[in-house]
Amino acid sequence: MIGSTSASTYWRATASLWQREVVRFLRQRSRILGALGTPIVFWLFIGSGLSQSFRPPGSNEVVDYLAYAYPGTLAAILLFTAIFSTISIIEDRQAGFLQGVLVAPVGRTAIVLGKILGSSTLALMQAALFLTLAPVAHVPLSVLSVVALMAVMAVVSVGLSGLGFWMAWSMESTQGFHAVMNLFLMPMWLLSGALFPATGATGWVRVVMMVNPLAYGLTAMRHCLDVGTGAGQVAHGPGLAMSLVVTTLFAVLMLSVSIRVANRRG
Amino acid sequence: MPDEFVIRIRSLTHRYGQTVAVNDLTWKIAPATIVAVLGPNGCGKTTLFKILTGVLSPSEGEVSIFELPFARERRIVLGRMGVVFQKPSLDGKLTVMENLTYHGRLFGLSGEPLIRRCTDCLQRFGLSDSMKIRVDKLSGGMQRRVEIAKATLHQPELLILDEPSTGLDPGARQAVMRHLHDLRDKDRVTAVLTTHLMEEADRCDVVAVMDKGRLVACDTPLALKSQIGGDVITIHAPDPSSLAARLLGRFQIPASVVGDMVRMEKDSGFEFVPKIVEAFPGEIKGISVGKPTLEDVFIHYTGHALNELESDEQNATRSA
Repeated sequence: MIGSTSASTYWRATASLWQREVVRFLRQRSRILGALGTPIVFWLFIGSGLSQSFRPPGSNEVVDYLAYAYPGTLAAILLFTAIFSTISIIEDRQAGFLQGVLVAPVGRTAIVLGKILGSSTLALMQAALFLTLAPVAHVPLSVLSVVALMAVMAVVSVGLSGLGFWMAWSMESTQGFHAVMNLFLMPMWLLSGALFPATGATGWVRVVMMVNPLAYGLTAMRHCLDVGTGAGQVAHGPGLAMSLVVTTLFAVLMLSVSIRVANRRG
Repeated sequence: MPDEFVIRIRSLTHRYGQTVAVNDLTWKIAPATIVAVLGPNGCGKTTLFKILTGVLSPSEGEVSIFELPFARERRIVLGRMGVVFQKPSLDGKLTVMENLTYHGRLFGLSGEPLIRRCTDCLQRFGLSDSMKIRVDKLSGGMQRRVEIAKATLHQPELLILDEPSTGLDPGARQAVMRHLHDLRDKDRVTAVLTTHLMEEADRCDVVAVMDKGRLVACDTPLALKSQIGGDVITIHAPDPSSLAARLLGRFQIPASVVGDMVRMEKDSGFEFVPKIVEAFPGEIKGISVGKPTLEDVFIHYTGHALNELESDEQNATRSA
């Protein structure tokens, strides 16, 4: 045997799996369409449709809905990418690729990290592309707001990818994952404040939004968009510190859970 | 100093719920040998494969590989071992070269040594011209070659192969065996492969016969065949059970019923054939005599033909 079994091996393994995620993604154009195209189309249709008829609670002025739904669309891009990336674990298992990785002399934590970092990289790449559409939405950007936004989105992506990994790891079929996606992940986005703020919602919806970790991630993103731009994205909701703490805790928790389930040996 | 034994298995048992897949197996494998684990589906060989590759932790017993306890030294052992799966573990969306390099990095290789190893492997397995082709565009035989090249990339001392010939035509099957012999002769690689094909087992140094989770025989193919007394006489008869009973009564030779045939082992079998035909006129549709094959060895030890159990018992091992 040649090569080393030190910490560098560990990171090399993680980097190898990470790179594979990105290369595979770029070779599958349909995935780019699914993860980036779908949220953009929804945003344009709903945003343009409600453009002049959306009045947030407590305000007398009509708000440009394209601008309101812009950060929510960013969150949707992060979520869709996480879903499509982590679904590939099920495909890797079915196609046989995963068995080869499982008999390599690397811990399963490297597999989790490779997948989640790969997925988050793809999410950030697509979110960055979507940021070029900010002028269309009349959302002003500053260097500082973009930097802050990318940093927060990286943490949100890790959380969402971790959640996807945890769900996909023990699943036998992609059909099962689609069911989870429709019943759980989509509502998680719908009730994150992406389409409407919590303040105007019915009691129980407001409660769900209060315990929805993505709602905090999205609020943190809205805070970032306001940095040095006066975009006025945050009118209600939790403060920046609270949003960042919950978002970070969620990412750490999802990462730990994923590492834990992956290390369980059957 | 080379390891005395590459694999030592002691009192290994594995259960899926109530089903015992591997039953109290004790076994040692010497270096630089090609070992076939022969048995029908459901005999426990897939479970054994999963335990030897660390995918499954056994219910009981110990496995040492390279004289190291596998359970405790898992990563060191895996780093010195290569695994070939029945279903290729390749990424179809990546090229042959990408598959090798990504895999090499999982085994701690990088930079120039990694490129050199990839180039060597591609050359050795005749894949140099295909290195830039995406794996899903290759034939089954070629994919299997990439799979073996990938498994040998980090120069393992031990290769574990699960039914490496499944889905391959005879030419590709022979090529796989040629590669294993080549690796054994040039690099002293030990190979353990599971198979249900007699001709494949026949080309190995050692054959281990597994049946119902137990190791029922283990020796060289020649030694196993020579354990069977002389020749094997096979009789096709309309009522094999009754014929077997009467053969025993008449000649005091135990005869077994396998499918619609009666089978018996006898020295100088050809001299005995006329006596059988004379003793049971009109009851024999056909009779043949031959030197024992591994199929006969299998029947000798298990009492049934290898392909008789092909269709059942599969569920036990699949549930892992």
